[in-house]
Order: sequence, then C-alpha cells, then structure tokens
Amino acid sequence: MKNAFIGSAVERREDLRFLRGRGEYVDDLRPDGLLYAVILRSSKAHGRIVSIDTTAALKVRGVHAVITAQDMPGGPPIVPMRLQPLPEFKPFEQPVIADGKVRYVGEPMAVVIADSVAIGEDALEAIEVEIDALPAVADWHVAQSGQSLLFEAQGSNRSLTFYAVRGDADAAFASAPYVRRETLRTGRHYGLTMEPRGVMAQWDAAKGRLTVSGAAKVPFFNRRILAKQIGLPEDSIEMIENDVGGGFGARGEFYPEDFLIPFAARHLNRPVKWIEDRRENLMAMNHAREAEVDVEIACERDGTILALRGHIHTDMGAYMRTNGAVGARNIAQFMAGPYRVPNVKLDVSLWMTNKTPVGTYRGPGRFETDFFRERLIDMVAQDLGIDRVALRRKNLIARTEMPYPIATIAPYEHKDEYDSGDYQETLDRCLAEIHWSEKAKLQGRRIDGRYHGLAVGCFIEGGAAGPKETARLAINEDGSISVYIGSSAVGQGVETVFAQIAADALEIPMDRIRGVFHGSTAYVSDGYGAYHSRSVVMGGSALLDAALNFKAALCEAAAQRLGCAASAIVVTEDKVSAPGGTSLPLSAFAGLSREGAFLNKKHTYSYGAQAVHLAVDAKIGQVEILDYVVVVDAGRIINPMTLRGQVIGSLVQGLGGAFLEHLVYDEQGQLLTGSLADYLLPTASDFPNLRAFTMDRHPSPINPLGAKGAGEGGLIGAGGVIANAVANALQSFNPDLRELPLTPSRVWAMTQPRA
Amino acid sequence: MKLPPLEYACPTSLSEAVALLAAGGGEARALAGGQSLMPMLAFRVVAPALLVDLRKLPELREIEISADGVRLGAMVRWRDIEDDERLTAAHPLLKAAVAHVAHYQIRNRGTVGGSIAHADPAAEMPGIAVTCDAEIAATGAAGQRTIRAADFFLSALTTALKHDEIITEIRLPAWPAKRRWGFREFARRRGDFAMAAAALFYDQDAAGKAINAHVGMIGVGDRPCRLPEVEALLNGRTIDEATIERAAEITSATVDAQEDIHASAAYRRSLAGTMVERALRSAAA
Amino acid sequence: MPTKFEVNGKPVSVNVEARTTLADCLRHHLRLTGTHVGCEHGVCGACTVIVDGDAVRSCLMLAAQAEGSKVVTVEGLSNDEALTPLQASFRRHHALQCGFCTPGMITTAHALLSEEPDCDADRVREVLSGNLCRCTGYISIVEAVLDARSAYKKPNGNA
Repeated sequence: MKNAFIGSAVERREDLRFLRGRGEYVDDLRPDGLLYAVILRSSKAHGRIVSIDTTAALKVRGVHAVITAQDMPGGPPIVPMRLQPLPEFKPFEQPVIADGKVRYVGEPMAVVIADSVAIGEDALEAIEVEIDALPAVADWHVAQSGQSLLFEAQGSNRSLTFYAVRGDADAAFASAPYVRRETLRTGRHYGLTMEPRGVMAQWDAAKGRLTVSGAAKVPFFNRRILAKQIGLPEDSIEMIENDVGGGFGARGEFYPEDFLIPFAARHLNRPVKWIEDRRENLMAMNHAREAEVDVEIACERDGTILALRGHIHTDMGAYMRTNGAVGARNIAQFMAGPYRVPNVKLDVSLWMTNKTPVGTYRGPGRFETDFFRERLIDMVAQDLGIDRVALRRKNLIARTEMPYPIATIAPYEHKDEYDSGDYQETLDRCLAEIHWSEKAKLQGRRIDGRYHGLAVGCFIEGGAAGPKETARLAINEDGSISVYIGSSAVGQGVETVFAQIAADALEIPMDRIRGVFHGSTAYVSDGYGAYHSRSVVMGGSALLDAALNFKAALCEAAAQRLGCAASAIVVTEDKVSAPGGTSLPLSAFAGLSREGAFLNKKHTYSYGAQAVHLAVDAKIGQVEILDYVVVVDAGRIINPMTLRGQVIGSLVQGLGGAFLEHLVYDEQGQLLTGSLADYLLPTASDFPNLRAFTMDRHPSPINPLGAKGAGEGGLIGAGGVIANAVANALQSFNPDLRELPLTPSRVWAMTQPRA
Repeated sequence: MKLPPLEYACPTSLSEAVALLAAGGGEARALAGGQSLMPMLAFRVVAPALLVDLRKLPELREIEISADGVRLGAMVRWRDIEDDERLTAAHPLLKAAVAHVAHYQIRNRGTVGGSIAHADPAAEMPGIAVTCDAEIAATGAAGQRTIRAADFFLSALTTALKHDEIITEIRLPAWPAKRRWGFREFARRRGDFAMAAAALFYDQDAAGKAINAHVGMIGVGDRPCRLPEVEALLNGRTIDEATIERAAEITSATVDAQEDIHASAAYRRSLAGTMVERALRSAAA
Repeated sequence: MPTKFEVNGKPVSVNVEARTTLADCLRHHLRLTGTHVGCEHGVCGACTVIVDGDAVRSCLMLAAQAEGSKVVTVEGLSNDEALTPLQASFRRHHALQCGFCTPGMITTAHALLSEEPDCDADRVREVLSGNLCRCTGYISIVEAVLDARSAYKKPNGNA
C-alpha cells in the first residue's frame, strides 16, 4: 500500500487523554513518602548575603530540612551554558543557589523541604535573611555606566560583544546616497507556559539511582549537566518526560531547581517534588526580548538596500543562562531577514543587570529584529517616497539566489545560508488574502472616529538545529509497532506527527503504530530534544532512517524464516509475506528493534509574509485588529492542521508581545508585574480576526523529508507588522513609534503634541 | 501560593456571624464570594486567623425592587444582577456597569457586598454606589447602621467598616423612568479592572435642561469619586456637543490621576475625560 | 476539617485543613488530577469546575465551602467509550495543544452550552476570556465550542 498520512490533517492522538483530563503532568505524580520543596527567593535585586538564619523555620512542625549554599561542600554547582558556551561567559553563569551575593529578585536562597507546600510556605516566613543591599543595575544604561558591578572580579557588566559581519558596510555607507539612523526598543516579556515548571526526584539509595520527573525539551543534555553536578554516572540517572504544559523555549532548560530538587531527594533519601507557583514563575523562568538598537540603514535612491550598520544592546538579567546568548546573537544575524543586504556590520553587547536572567522564548531575537527591520523599511519607504510593498519586493532574496549565505557571527564564525524558497510567492499570497489593493486606500483614513492602518512584512524562520537526532522502531508482543524518539513533546503533537511519518515510511496503517515514546532518557541511546523548531525535521528524518534499518532487518529475519530472498519480502499491515503466499504475523518478530539517526549541520528556513488591517481609537489608544493574515511556506507539511495551530498560536503570542505582555521593573530592580493581573496575556476576546495560510511549494533540500521547522513564524513578524500598521494609521499625527509593547498609554501619547 | 493557616466558620445567622467577627478582634474576616479575598490570601498579603463564611445567610441574597429603589443583599452575585430582568428598568446603570465586572466564573461567585468591602478603586460596584448616593447597611456588635457611600470609601482597599461589621445590603435610590444615563469603561482587556470608567446620570426639567447630574469616576485616584465641577457644569444646561466637550475638559483637569505600570498620569487624565465624554454622549442620545 | 460533598455524582468525604482550596482538595486528596492549577490567584481558569451548575474557579474557593454541593470536574464530563460531542469538537478543530488549559476550557464551555446552547461567537469569546490558553491562540477553541452547540440543543430545537 502507498500511504499518505504525511500531508493529511490527522486528528491528534494526544487529545484522547488531554480532553478527558487524563494527561499526566508532573504535579499529578504523588509517590509514597513524597515531600514537598518550597524555595526562598531573594526579595532584593542586588546585595551581599550577611546571614540566612533557618533556626525558626526548622522548628515549624512538618519541616524536614532547609538547604542553603552552606550545605553544598565545595560550594554550589554552576549551571553551564548549553548553546554557545564560550569561555567568556563562564564567570557569568549561575550558581544553583545564591552564594555570597544575590543578583535578582527571585534568586533561590534556600530550599525548605516539608510535609506539604503550605507548611513549607509557613516556614519560608520564619527564615531570617539579612542582605546588605548594593545599588541595583536596573537596565543596560546603568550597566554600561559601571557604577555598580554584578561580578566585581570581571570589572564590567558586559559579558561579551558579538559581531555580525557581511561584506564591507563602512564602504557602503561612505558612498550611499541615502542613510537613516534610528533607536528602537523592545520590551521584556517571556515564554510563560500555562503549566508552571516542576521537578520531582526520587533517590534509590540501594541502587544508587536517581529518577527525575518533569524533564522537558532537552532531557539528555540536562542529564549530562546533572550527572556532573551531583557526581553520578549518566546512566545512573533517568530523566522522565511527563506531559508538558507548554514549552516555548523557556521550559525544560536546566534551571537551578533542576539541581536543587534531586540534591534534596538524595540528601533526605525521600522523594521530593517542587512545583513552581505562578508568582515564582514570573521571576524565575527565563525572561526574554529586552533590547535596544542604534542602527543605520543605507539605500540607493530607488530603495535598493545597501547596508545595515549599528549597535545592539541586550539586557541579559543577572546571569548567563543555558541558552541566554541565542536571542542576542539572532538579533544581529537575522536583522537582514529575507532581504538582500550585501553589507552588514552590527555589534551586540550583552549587558548583565539585576533582573531575572534571560533565555530563549519562541522566535528568540527574531521577534525583536523583525520589529527593528520592518519598522526601518517602512521609514525608508516614507523617506524615499516608494510604495512599501514595492520596496520590499525589490529587496527580497530571489529563488534563483538560493542557497543564500547570511552574515556570520564572531566569535562563532559558523557559516549559514537560507536553504530554499520563493519569498515573492508568500508575499503575493498574503497581499491577495488580505485584499491589499482594495484596502490600501484606507491607509491613515479616519472612519467612524477610528484611524485605519495597514502593513505588510516578510519573515524567515530558522529551524532544525543539529547536530543529531535518534529514533528507534520496535515490534511489540502483539505485532504492533512502537516508535521511540529523542525528540521531546511540549504540546506540539509529536505523538501524532511521528506516527504519521512512521506509518508512511513502513507503509502500514497508522493504527498499527501503537505508541510514540519520547523525551525520557530510557528510550533511545541519545537524544537532542525540542528546540529551534527541530522536532519534525530532525526526529522525523531520524525516523525515516530508523524505518530503513528496521525494514531491512525485518525483511532479513522474515526471509530466513520464510525461505526466500529479503528483497522479495512484502510487509503489509500486520504481517510479512513471501512470494509463494506464505506469511508470518509481525508478532512472530516481537522484540525486533532498530535505531536510526539523522545528522545535520545546516538549518531549514521556512518563510512567509504577514499583513494586518487595524483600526486605532486614537483618543483612548485602543487598537483593534480587523484582519490579520499570515502566510507560511514550510516546505513539506506533515500535518496541515497542527501546522496551522503552530502559526495561529505563535501569532497570538507575538501579538501579546506587541500589545500586552511586559515585565516591568522599577529602578531598585523590583519586579512590578508579579501576578497575572499585572502581566497581561492575550485572552479569547482580544484577537478574534486572525487567518493563517500554509504553503508547501518549496521543500527543504537538506533533509529527506523536505520539511522545515515552522513553530515560530507567526510570532516572528507580529511586532513589526503591528507597529507599522499603527504608525500608518496615525500618520496624520507624525507618530514617534520606536518601542514595543504598544500599550494604550503609549499609542495615545503618539497622538499628542510633542513636548 | 498556599493560604496561610486559618480557621473556618460557617454561621447560620447574622448575629452568630457578627459575634464570631467580634470575638476575632480584627483577626477574623468575613468571607463572601471570596473572589478578591482568596487571591489576597494566596499571596499572603492578608492572614486572618478566622474566615467567617456568609454563605448560609439566605437573607443576604435578596434583590428587592420597590418605589424606594433597589436593595441588593450583600451576597447577591454579579450573575444574579445579570439574570434579573427587572433591573433593566429598575436600575439600568447598575446593570450596565456590572456587565463589565470580571469573567464568567468570577461572576458566578463574586458578590456586591464583597466588592464594596474590598474597595478596589478600579472596581465598578463601589463606583456605582458613590455615583448613585447609595447607602450601605452594616450590622456589627453595636447594632445596625447605615453609611453613605460617599463616606464609606476612605482610600484604596480601606473602608469605614469596623472589623466586627458585616455589610448586609446596598440601597440604591429609586431610578426615574425618564432618567438619562451613561456608562463607559476602558480596560486593558475584557474583564480587567478599569483603567478609567465614567458612570453618570441626570434628570431633565420641563425645558430639557439637565438637573440632578451625578458624575462618577472609577479607576482614577485611590477611590471612586464624584466630579462636582462637571456636575455643576451640566446642571441647568442642555447636554449638547459643546457641553459634552467642556465636561471632558473639566474632567481631565480635575481628576487626581497617578502613573502606574499600565499608564502615564497624563493618559489617565485624558482617558477619564474621554470616558465622561462618551458616557454623556450616550446619555444624551 | 471534615467536609462532605458530591463529586461527579458520587458522595465524597474529606478531612482537610481549613485553608485547603477546592482545587487542591480535588487534585491531591481526591486524586482527580484532571483539574489543573495554573495561577492560584483566579486569573487563568485552568482550575474551572462546575459547582451546583455554575462554572467557578476552584482555586478561589475553599474545600469547606463545597460542603453539601454537587461538583463536576472534567473527569465527570468524560467517559471511556468515546469522546463526548464537545470533546470531539475540540479534537476536530485542533482546539488544544499542550492540554493544560483544556480541562478548564471543557468545563467552562460545558457550563455555558448547557445554559446557552444558542450563544454566538461574541458570547463564547466573552465567557472564554476567563480561561487562558498559551498554545492555540483561541481561534480554534471558539470554533470548537460554536460547533458543539448543536449537541446541547433540546430535540425540539429550543434551548
């Protein structure tokens, strides 16, 4: 049979348990003898720890232990960087518990282990902490002044400067007929997951084995870190991935608690569980996005972009976390986006501040840099009197230029290129779907008291990070087949799409694929997880390789038993058959199992365009989205339904970042948005008019599936498109729009006379 | 975010409830719908030793409409107001304002008495009480008393209620059928607390001029308030565009707005004016 | 303190600290872990259950306050044989991804459609605005709820 599950909108397998409330998230686990961990967090942004007195807390009934840095011989371990682990970053990495100094509000200082969370919280109130406060470094400007240093021995609050270089930007600027320079900013927000983080650790003293539940995203890598920190061989630790209530880049990285809870479990020889509460989540989970650029663009009079040049400053928070450098790097590397920019010279300074450390959030650096770029392009169009669409068209990289080399980043020097695509196609489709030519006449017009604005922008989305992924196929006792894979589930539906891929590769019905097991370290020899929109491409391609190996082994085994050549064996549904009509059920081969892998150093680049039509009530600064269209070409599409889910879902996160979500700090480094009443997420009534269109015209040439990572695109373009449409709507006010998020207060201010 | 240690009592009479609060000596708190109190407990910003649940006091659940006006029992939920068709005529301003309160699930438990006692400056019900000259009836160890809404709200989350007093009902004066009214609110998202809201009404004399103007402001300043300067402007005038614009200007000029994480003070002043302008326009339409 | 109420049609009796919320009681004492806790301060809606017919946030209610009530959780709106029409509609419309907010969406939507089977898209959006979802962007959830309305209409066509 020839299958076609790939490309079909197959309903998800995961849904059957989630819809009945039968998912199993880490807080649903409750082994016998379980104790609960609660964490004392710093209430000061910056200071020296004078003392932590736990005497009274230890006397609270039901408290078993209070752990501080003092309990860790040799000092608390450091959480190493996972991505871009440069030696320059080492001094800025985070100890698992505050050691001598506190550097942000929310930094762990002590762990209370108690019979219940409530008792643990009672005990928190009994811990006496004395902190000698130091001046807070509340933003990158203060960091740059050097008046107060987070890491005194380093002599500076700058952990590193990256450089993005292509061609000769200085020469291009020297002779350019048109140059514009702008300062633009994005606000701090984060990849809040609906399920807060959680860790549960169980220590088997007799076997010397540690089992850690609540793993997500990159369990194999995190096991490596934990093994080293806690002094156990890797194979003595099992990381178990339960159902995961959202990832978005933030969840599943190695955080301080990922050491503290296993440490406590081993220390007390009891199972210990910690579930982050929402207040903690806002100050403990990786923050993201806060950046400022001082950037120049050079163009010909006809709008041909010649060069980008400038300085980027990112607010890293207090420590360099596992993937903290990714966003900063991406801002520089992808500022050119889908456009032909022959000369680039950007530097990115990574500033340490007294705030929660940053990490990746879906579309890291890309959301920011797409806002910077698309805003600049609209400004250029206005200056030069060129139609906004025509200007973009002129500069989009052409299909014939693929693969297209992009700026390299020092000190990495890794060369990267866009793999395939026709960027004009998605732009055309986007303009057609939003009826651009008819609606363009509404630009800036006031209708029934509201100003209408339109904007369009183009984006690219990187995916499929290497180096490797592993998959295994095995025959179960009943003859069904199980898939084991190193990819992780964070809610994106991998159990369904991997079953689709496996069924097609084996040419058997999907219901013969009994289970898709992922994430936990026990399933495959090595795994790399879920980040950089890599699961489908990397895991899926590994699965194709596993399927080849598996089929060969099965045919070989069947040929021996049925007495024919392996090449003559036919696999159908639940049996293998030889030419003469003899056959055996697959259950006869129970236990047969083969692994496969996919190695990859290149990235896929899905791409697309976004357009919006919105109306602004200028008197109150309220923006209503009347229509929003996203078009994405993702190469070969495995499941169009789940892809659409990724596009719309990420788009609304992007709109959250454009309008609502903002982590606000005061000058003392206090987080002012410490609840969901203050940190505003989009709700069902905020953005009802969104449409997504997916295309599959240009498969990726770099993997056997032809697929491209496509979990982030909706988000990436949102900030730039929204900003331009609001600016266009308010064009009669000559608005000063250089910063996100666009709160009503800020939108209103743009309509007021300048001071 | 677990609640602090506390005791719970569920009395079956008002006198028993008052006695429990009195005995608690400030360490006991009344629990109505709990939709504001429970989050405060979860954040441990309050830690009473005893919660006195009012859910078994059915006499506090009545909505009574008479020639004297509308009497809302303290335990009347937002949902009850939403469902009561009589209120559309008996107090349209109340009904319009309550439509902005919180979300579906909260509306099934949140109560008018709880909201009044909580005294959030951006909440609708305290604003309606102040705008409409409501009376707040309370019973305590010293007996019953009635407090004018204008005297009840002292500042954000602070009221004239004594620790042993329980709000029993909110009395809104009678609503003439021909009264002109308007309510406009702007919040960051649907169901959020108001960034600013205007609640207003006026009657008209034989010549069509406004009399008895009441203009209330919610979400600006540390408690809901009336805007006497705006009311003075409206009284005796025809509510035309010029008057409406002037009312908005006076509002912006007189409200005491503060900057917060959501908005600048200048924005809030302007927004307050715009809310009055739009509420007036709908009243005059 | 000892408290008796009914959950999903069965009487239950628990003895919990007075400070225990209904959400924690359901999850940790009654082991009904389908009800999720996402914020504990009444904003996210993941803990929505139905108490005496009304959708409420179980994190904003003490277990003691449920005394004598009838509580329905997502488990009580499910069966082993097949997805209910509401659940099937969620699946068909891809109205869930990570599944964490889903039980609260199901309980809220069930309460709404049971009372208002003719509600329009705006009403669905208004009601669901009390339930946060971080994955879907809500479009598909609203579509799923609207599409499930027919299953809640009385046979004679009236609500």
